Amino acid sequence: MFSLAFMRNAYLAGTFIAVICGTIGVFVIARNLSFLTHTLSEIGFAGAAFGIFMGWTALSGMLIFTVISSVIVGQMSVKQSRREASISAISALFIGLGILFLSLSNQTSSYATSILFGSVIGIAAGDVLRVAILSGIVLLVMLGLYRPLKFDSFDAIGARVSGLWTTAISVVFLVLVAMSVSVAAQIVGSLLIFILLTLPAAAARYFVHTVSKMIGLSILFAIVGVWLGLYLGYVTNLPVSFFIAAIECVFYFTALGYQRLHVGS
Amino acid sequence: MTAPLIAVQHLGIAFPNNQVFKDLSFDIQRGDFVTVIGENGVGKTTLIRALLGMLKPTSGQIKYFPNKKAIKVGYVPQFRNLDQEYPLTIEDFVSLNMRGWRPWLSKAEHRQVDTALRVTNVKKIKQRPLGMASGGEKQRAYLAQAIVQAPQLLILDESTASLDNEMKYELLDLVQNLNQTSHITVLFITHDLPLAKQYAKHYLALRPGQQEFGAMAGMSVEQLKEVSDV
Ligand SMILES: Nc1ncnc2c1ncn2[C@@H]1O[C@H](COP(=O)(O)OP(=O)(O)O)[C@@H](O)[C@H]1O
Ligand SMILES: [Mg+2]
Repeated sequence: MFSLAFMRNAYLAGTFIAVICGTIGVFVIARNLSFLTHTLSEIGFAGAAFGIFMGWTALSGMLIFTVISSVIVGQMSVKQSRREASISAISALFIGLGILFLSLSNQTSSYATSILFGSVIGIAAGDVLRVAILSGIVLLVMLGLYRPLKFDSFDAIGARVSGLWTTAISVVFLVLVAMSVSVAAQIVGSLLIFILLTLPAAAARYFVHTVSKMIGLSILFAIVGVWLGLYLGYVTNLPVSFFIAAIECVFYFTALGYQRLHVGS
Repeated sequence: MTAPLIAVQHLGIAFPNNQVFKDLSFDIQRGDFVTVIGENGVGKTTLIRALLGMLKPTSGQIKYFPNKKAIKVGYVPQFRNLDQEYPLTIEDFVSLNMRGWRPWLSKAEHRQVDTALRVTNVKKIKQRPLGMASGGEKQRAYLAQAIVQAPQLLILDESTASLDNEMKYELLDLVQNLNQTSHITVLFITHDLPLAKQYAKHYLALRPGQQEFGAMAGMSVEQLKEVSDV
């Protein structure tokens, strides 16, 4: 399997993706932003379609759309209830835009499928490099912001009263999420992106109880899902994203069961 | 002579169509244990927010000695909705308040966390997820997080409101101990007058449009009730 260049590329890119999704997912879950990652992946779909329409790469279109919209969403974080409703409206608009751009750009429907569901066949060495650079940026920023981000994510009230610049942290974090979404969409597709961004982290918090251990375990769950998913996709010739989704769900429901056993009566 | 840590002078705070304070003045001395009493909505939390600089007074001023930067404040906020599934251990929760840029804690920082866990009596349960802790244990963990930076001023906003009698006294004993042995100045907000009477050295009684600051010695619980309207 590794004699095929695209498989090697897929494994390399997939590993980077698993690491940043596993890491950032811990904070996404702690900040209750699962809903937002869903929206961002839809916005990412529109962005990818826009990128193709403009003759750029799908990744650049995605980056532009998700980063701008995550900053906007960060500004509207005032009223929770209104935010959810407007996020739904925004995602509907963006899916529509994605469809519009795709049809305008005269691309075949297989192109749409590969954006939505991901594709491993198309991954070239240049894509791996782009994924690696973006992942590196995300990880470096997270490392530099680790303590304040941790405080704000796991104890927002405590962080605010201790004088942390929580608004700036939220905005930077949303930009990081946007970048991760765009990067991860390369393999699992924009429809299933939130799976890697939320399920490994959501499962990890039931097994371990410090932030660093959660990050470690969440990365592990993500990596196992991606590696095994790629392998199963290769041998069965079925979509990789299906296997990744299924594996992450197994982790998540096992974690729920473990929690029930552990805590339950 | 005692030296003031904070002097509040002719403080006025108003929200749109709600004047909370008009002309409030009092001093907090170093090492003091001040209780702020008054009924719900009278402005206790608002006063704290002004002291912390999270809210700009509409008139008057708040002076800090020697200056605001030099005074580290530990604050246990009134509301913190951590549910049963809150995942972090008590130790990790307390460490959240460690500043600095290193992703991991240094040896000295570990010791600081350890001290905070010890003096708040949660060291034995430091590995327990905070969501699984009892109400009293949670408040002690909040207290530990607030003091982990060794603050000069500790503010507790109704931290005992949800606790039963025994746990209340347990928590306040810890706070009193911090006040006496580490000389942390304490500002304790409550509407539990017997508790205020037992632990505080001074009281600030707030009533709409009217305040009274005085020494606790010689005040009976009944007199406190009268001045605070609780
Ligand atoms: N951000 C705000 N905007 C408008 N009014 C406020 C705000 N914060 C507090 N208030 C009002 O100020 C008054 C004092 O509130 P608060 O300080 O929370 O009371 P306490 O802590 O004594 O129960 C209340 O009437 C409250 O409605
Ligand atoms: Mg209050």
